[in-house]
Amino acid sequence: MRPILMKGHERPLTFLKYNRDGDLLFSCAKDHTPTVWFADNGERLGTYRGHNGAVWSCDVSRDSMRLITGSADQTVKLWNVQTGSQLYTFNFGSPARSVDFSVGDKLAVITTDPFMELTSAIHVKRIARDPAEQTEKSELVIKGPQGRINRAVWGPLNRTIISAGEDAIIRIWDSETGKLLREADKESGHKKTITSLTKSADGSHFLTGSLDKSAKLWDTRTLTLIKTYVTERPVNAVAMSPLLDHVVLGGGQDASAVTTTDHRAGKFEAKFFDKILQEEIGGVKGHFGPINALAFNPDGKSFSSGGEDGYVRLHHFDPDYFNIKI
Amino acid sequence: MAAEVMLMNEIEAKAASMAIDLNIDFNSIQLPRGEDCGIVSDDEDVYHDDQLEFDSGFGNVIVVDNLPVVPREKFEKLEGVIRKIYSQIGVIKEDGLWMPVDPETKKTLGYCFIEYNTPQEAELAKEKTNGYKLDRAHIFAVNMFDDFDKYMRVPDEWAPPEIKPYTPGENLQKWLTDEKARDQFVIRAGTDTEVLWNDARQSKTELVYKRSYWTESFVQWSPLGTYLATVHRQGAAVWGGANTFNRLMRYAHPQVKLIDFSPGEKFLVTYSSHEPSNPHDANRVVINIFDVRTGKVMRDFKGSADEFTIGGAGGVAGVSWPVFRWGGGKEDKYFAKLGKNMISVYETETFSLIDKKSLKVENVVDFSWSPTDPILALFVPELGGGNQPARVSLVQIPSKVELRQKNLFSVSDCKMYWQSNGEYLAVKADRYTKTKKSTYTGFELFRIKERDIPIEVLELDNKNDKIIAFAWEPKGHRFAVIHGDNPRPDISFYSMKSSHNLGRVSKLTTLKGKQANALFWSPGGRFIVLAGLKGFNGQLEFFNVDELETMATAEHFMATDIEWDPTGRYVATAVTSVHEMENGFNIWSFHGKLLYRILKDHFFQFLWRPRPPSFLSAEKEEEILKYLKKYSKKYDAEDQDVSMLLSEQDREKRRMLKEEWEKWISEWRRASEEEKLERHRLRDGEASDEEEEYEAKEVEVEEILDFSEEVLFEE
Repeated sequence: MRPILMKGHERPLTFLKYNRDGDLLFSCAKDHTPTVWFADNGERLGTYRGHNGAVWSCDVSRDSMRLITGSADQTVKLWNVQTGSQLYTFNFGSPARSVDFSVGDKLAVITTDPFMELTSAIHVKRIARDPAEQTEKSELVIKGPQGRINRAVWGPLNRTIISAGEDAIIRIWDSETGKLLREADKESGHKKTITSLTKSADGSHFLTGSLDKSAKLWDTRTLTLIKTYVTERPVNAVAMSPLLDHVVLGGGQDASAVTTTDHRAGKFEAKFFDKILQEEIGGVKGHFGPINALAFNPDGKSFSSGGEDGYVRLHHFDPDYFNIKI
Repeated sequence: MAAEVMLMNEIEAKAASMAIDLNIDFNSIQLPRGEDCGIVSDDEDVYHDDQLEFDSGFGNVIVVDNLPVVPREKFEKLEGVIRKIYSQIGVIKEDGLWMPVDPETKKTLGYCFIEYNTPQEAELAKEKTNGYKLDRAHIFAVNMFDDFDKYMRVPDEWAPPEIKPYTPGENLQKWLTDEKARDQFVIRAGTDTEVLWNDARQSKTELVYKRSYWTESFVQWSPLGTYLATVHRQGAAVWGGANTFNRLMRYAHPQVKLIDFSPGEKFLVTYSSHEPSNPHDANRVVINIFDVRTGKVMRDFKGSADEFTIGGAGGVAGVSWPVFRWGGGKEDKYFAKLGKNMISVYETETFSLIDKKSLKVENVVDFSWSPTDPILALFVPELGGGNQPARVSLVQIPSKVELRQKNLFSVSDCKMYWQSNGEYLAVKADRYTKTKKSTYTGFELFRIKERDIPIEVLELDNKNDKIIAFAWEPKGHRFAVIHGDNPRPDISFYSMKSSHNLGRVSKLTTLKGKQANALFWSPGGRFIVLAGLKGFNGQLEFFNVDELETMATAEHFMATDIEWDPTGRYVATAVTSVHEMENGFNIWSFHGKLLYRILKDHFFQFLWRPRPPSFLSAEKEEEILKYLKKYSKKYDAEDQDVSMLLSEQDREKRRMLKEEWEKWISEWRRASEEEKLERHRLRDGEASDEEEEYEAKEVEVEEILDFSEEVLFEE
């Protein structure tokens, strides 16, 4: 399994996303320009120019027509995937951190960072079918008093919104009323900032990664803690194989401490765990900075990782991978 | 203090009416002795234990008696004189000099109180000025204020001491009787200190006792493993017990920094160093020697740090610990301290110098005891530009008879290494080459137990090699040396016996180019870990010296500490908090198989609990070795049972986990099925749930890029 090194970003990667067909890979980085790649051979297909700040996350519609990106330039933009043209810009008073399309792609949930006197917030926007009819109006705004919200995603049937961030507590909100429905148990929950959250393919469960050096698997409906995966490094990114019972954790030592130690001490490995037994089964080395983003191809036969080092590494699994027994 | 209860606003009102500032720095308040104003201390240790009295708050006050009684006119003059005398010793607190006056006659009463900044200064003032002659009639009598209180409290009538009925103590050695013959160790990580069993069979630990904030700086086992010592601001304490850890004794020594047990763990030496009030003075050093069981101070030593810093080549600043080195084996009979041109040897019967005087040795810079016998080895460096050679001599205690002496020429430094049974002494001598520009190293090997103590000189094959490490095989006749100037040095093994001649040293082998810089022999000998710490990032090689073969090589990345368990069955390697990452420890079998690995952030200490020496006689041990097969059968069977049980448990656990997971999956399927229609509606009728079960088809596409025909002519 020789990885394909994709060098297109000049700054650390922040987010990776495959489209539903698994033929396109979207990457976001601190260099203002989201990029789309062929997920098979890593060829660069195009870029989306227009943001004026680090791009923190993106999502692509089910039909691979629309791309939504959230950026530190306090905007969220809608793009035409094919042409790369901007369709609409939502303006906010603070940096936009996370974006996620709902089932059916008619809604998007966006989180904004606390900034100046503004607290962090979760916004729900209606996405018009025709970009000409798109408005700025929010369907719902949930003001979060608690630090930065690193990720917010839709729950089953768009009825709930799941959020996680700096205060280490996962919350489930009613997407109609904005009422807080559930909070994760403090005892069993994460102890430090939650950096990443990813849903399973069917949305029934999700995985969170935290700086407390662990990742946890939760039931989406009841917010029951199902599994915990313990590692030796702060976790920046998590991904779940749609094919096998594997989860992948990426991370590494703080970027600020990287230069002070041997690269081996940094452990910038993507670590594979057995999803059910919670045991480590392997690791994929290569990055020379912490891993900030991870994504599985929907076919489960390849995955990509994005690092603080500015590279995206695309890995196609060897045949042996599909026969791992522990 | 009246035990009235006042409401806070009442107090404030009253305070305001009396113009009292209520903004008090509560840390500055020191209540009188025995008075807690009804406030229960949350420090359980301080609260429950009346046996020891630490700071009363007046420890820095002295009382000076026998002052002249002077009328009011001369008051200021006298005060000036006293202030002059006492401010030379330390800093008197503001308003810290109080000379009471008779309210009627307005004359002084002939005594005064002086408050210093620190108790150390007060003590020093007492020591220095007690008996000070102001004039013939006025000889100062100086006492600590606290002492008055102490003596006042002595009841006038003698009461017979209460005889407590004998209660048998706990068996402090119970851990040795563990059914599974496991060993214990203590670890300190974050604020927690834990004592654990090493359950190597099950590849895990088992908790014995855990406590947060157990110690304020470090913990230490006593040499025979009976006690665990903790160190606190007020002093040291030892803990032990049959099944848990109870505090057995406390040893008051404010600001204790270092502790050391005697080898037989009868005595505990505690050390503290205090900043002087005058920055030009050296630190004040206080050393106490306690009886471990009774907690009594057997002897204390106080003085300036200068008096304790002699020793070490070149007299490097700083006290070298332990200041007192114990000799004479496990009987704890003697202890000795290096002084200027002398070695002070004390015996523990009376805690005084042997023959009431120190052993005079001009210019002595280092000494060490035989680990088993009352024999001292001491080193005197070269003097007078080489006119007087350096010297190593062995001195018998208490007779102070010199047993053997060896003069060494053009020596720059010497290090002494005793073999653990006291049979051999190796002296590593660094000598100047003829040009004096560089040094080379040789060894002087003493055979202590043989008649006349023969000495043999050993030089390495390449005598210019730098010596990186040296270590005797415990209880054995072999030693290992790491030598060489290369980035990858060589390691040589020697034996004090040759095949033909028992009295001759011989080389066993040399391993070339190893990534090692430290040697760790198994306590049972025979096996050794050749470790590459620091620059080598934690390389480990497990070597069998009997067969001269490597059993395993491994790595514990960034390992800082390595320690064999007392039985020589397991090795612990640890990464302590000197590194930010990867903190924790690994447990290995003696032959280098990683058994388990535990990660702990802020990992400070790992210490195996020592075991006392075996009671088995040499003959008995030999017999056991002979019939080892017979004995080991039982243990092999047990091992097998455990491993069967483990794999059974493991299978069971996996089965449970899988079952549990299946339950979730079916629950999710059900929920997903229920929501199917709704989902279709959300997707505008796109019925495609099945597609979520992704199926990838491989499609082979053949594309013809170019096609041309060429005709090749043949000749």
